Amino acid sequence: MARAFGGRRLAFVASAGVLALGLAACGGSSDSGSSDSASSDSSSSESSSESSSEAPAEPVKVTLITKDSTNPFFVAMQEGAKEAAAANGVEITIGSGKEEGDDQGQIDLIEQAIARGDAGILITPMSVNVNAAIEKARAAGLYVIALDTPTDPPDVVDITFATDNCLAGEAIGQWSAGWLNGEKATIAELVIFDDRVVSVDYCRANGFLTGLGVEVPDLADMTSPAKSGSYTTGAGGDYEIVCLEATGANEEGGRAGMEKCLAANGDINVVYTINEPTAFGAAEALKAAGKTIGEDVIIVSVDGGLAGVEAVKAGDIQATSQQYPLRMASLGVEAIASIANGGAAPQNTSANGEFFDTGVTLCTDMPMDTVTSAPQESAQYCIDNAWG
Amino acid sequence: MSETARTTAAEEFANSATPMQKVQHALHRYPWLSPLIVLVVLIVIFAILGFGFDVGSLENFAKPATISLMLQQTVIIGTLAVAQTIVILTAGIDLSIGAIMVFGQMVMANLAVSATASNVTFMAGQNPYLAVIIGVAVATLAGGVNGFLIVRFNLPPFIVTLGTLSIFTALTLIIFKARTIQGKEFEGAQDVMGIMGKDFQIGPFGFTIGLVVMLIVYVVMAYVLRGTAWGTHVYAVGDDPTAAELSGINVKRVLFSVYLTAGFIIGIAGWITIGRLGSASPNVAPEINLETITAVVIGGTSLFGGRGRLVGTLIGTFIIIILDFGLSLAGLDQAYRVLAIGVLVISAVAVDQWIRKVKI
Repeated sequence: MARAFGGRRLAFVASAGVLALGLAACGGSSDSGSSDSASSDSSSSESSSESSSEAPAEPVKVTLITKDSTNPFFVAMQEGAKEAAAANGVEITIGSGKEEGDDQGQIDLIEQAIARGDAGILITPMSVNVNAAIEKARAAGLYVIALDTPTDPPDVVDITFATDNCLAGEAIGQWSAGWLNGEKATIAELVIFDDRVVSVDYCRANGFLTGLGVEVPDLADMTSPAKSGSYTTGAGGDYEIVCLEATGANEEGGRAGMEKCLAANGDINVVYTINEPTAFGAAEALKAAGKTIGEDVIIVSVDGGLAGVEAVKAGDIQATSQQYPLRMASLGVEAIASIANGGAAPQNTSANGEFFDTGVTLCTDMPMDTVTSAPQESAQYCIDNAWG
Repeated sequence: MSETARTTAAEEFANSATPMQKVQHALHRYPWLSPLIVLVVLIVIFAILGFGFDVGSLENFAKPATISLMLQQTVIIGTLAVAQTIVILTAGIDLSIGAIMVFGQMVMANLAVSATASNVTFMAGQNPYLAVIIGVAVATLAGGVNGFLIVRFNLPPFIVTLGTLSIFTALTLIIFKARTIQGKEFEGAQDVMGIMGKDFQIGPFGFTIGLVVMLIVYVVMAYVLRGTAWGTHVYAVGDDPTAAELSGINVKRVLFSVYLTAGFIIGIAGWITIGRLGSASPNVAPEINLETITAVVIGGTSLFGGRGRLVGTLIGTFIIIILDFGLSLAGLDQAYRVLAIGVLVISAVAVDQWIRKVKI
């Protein structure tokens, strides 16, 4: 029987496989928030019975769309949005892509927000593939704020609330130069993708190299810096980039990627990681290879989640740039609520005038005077101010 | 059962066959032969490029330290692929493998984590052995849910496991709030929870306990599949459920037990994952479902059920890891590695289709 229907069943499996990818993409948690808003009763008493077609004023509706729902960074963002929504009588819908790279999941959520009649959307855009959907939302009158990750080009959204990922990268690069103090930098770069261009990815990685004083010809191309040469920050010296490994920004990717880098060159002494979960995986690989972290090799990262800055204190990560996702999301919810009630739109505050800067702090217990891109604070300070 | 008779017939036929037909018959009889050839060719190419030519860092490919790392990298996919193989042998498929593993592993970790760690659930602070047993039991139960739905309601495995993929992913997020449990948060329980990652040397090679456990799972399951009545029934059900039913096999019971067993193996894989990563994270390896299916298919097991060997799956796992590692050392972008895996999968299924046309 199996033989007779073999071809047809193969076709089924194949088409069902495509279906599965599509369905998986639509996943993500949806959390229609508490609608115990006081606004509905107060306003309905004013609008008297003369215009029966006019519905009582509904609470302002906002959708938050993150890249996934498991990364502590995005979980913190969701918490921040929920808290701000409760405080401002906003009805919040929370959704996310299934994982990094799930463009379609985000597009579906944007379209749902339009259909629901939301006042605005907060989104950490996955890639340029969601631009068209964002433009559709803005055309429908929604105020769209990009959180953490700017769109490319930036003016696809109304405004971006972010920490400067390039600056966050620069800070750890400058710190690394201080630690090296003229020694040769043998670098492993553990990024999210190397088959897809995502701004958070290249901005952090190439920002790190820029901070180190390595020439970056094309910011958006992580392969553009020369594989070896000299860095100029601090005492300056030679550098060699051993590897650029894609990790998916999780522990297993971090470990497997670090193992590949170590196999290519066991003398690696500077490990750049896209975020702290990746750093934890890399640390496991380095320990298994008999390296002493903080002496033979340093790990630098970006994010500043609680577990991450605790690792800074414990010495598993030497420096990380702390960002404030909770603040980004709560400010975003407040801004949309304010605009919906006739308030003014927020203005850009960053140094380059391209986004609303929510700040970055370099967390390290070994401050270096080479760091100029961000204020340096102790691990303990960062633990007290951490999210997640 | 009928397989012995069939291969004998095939052998008789092979005597008067063309060389191509002989190859076809050999591949039919030993489904793991083609992946083994691929594996050997891969290793030889990488080794030659490494020694003879100066390609990237490939000169490190054949070093014991690199080989050790590649072996250690197989543990998660490799163990899960055992579960996937027995399911696929019944002409089923399990898309919920990764979700169940993460769920089971988060149950373990949240039970064993120190009760004094921040933001832990009410269940924290249990004996680590108890935690592991409960975690594996929960995964087994989850596999049982798949089996029950498939058998009781006659639903296609594809749809059932597609559903439970979402369900267990969501349960992990709802119950455990997507919180990563760090190794040090286990405190006294860290040794037990992380034991699968403990490494030891044999000569110049480094192994982990998790790797040994994975190989034990392979040996035990290979014996069960080839040496017990249950194993024979699994093949029979996958080959032709109607014929199996007519010959007195309780097809539903066999199917249910297969998903239950798969759940148990997935639970073990969860423990191995905690050891390898030194922590329990809910967002580990999001593409593991497809990777296990890839390993099984490349390993020569037929997606239509009834044919394939665990040793093929093990070889398939090695192929995935070695191809990725080798191309990385060669300095190739990940996009090319993904491309190479895709070509391999399609080739494997094409070879399978060709082998199926063998004339007996």
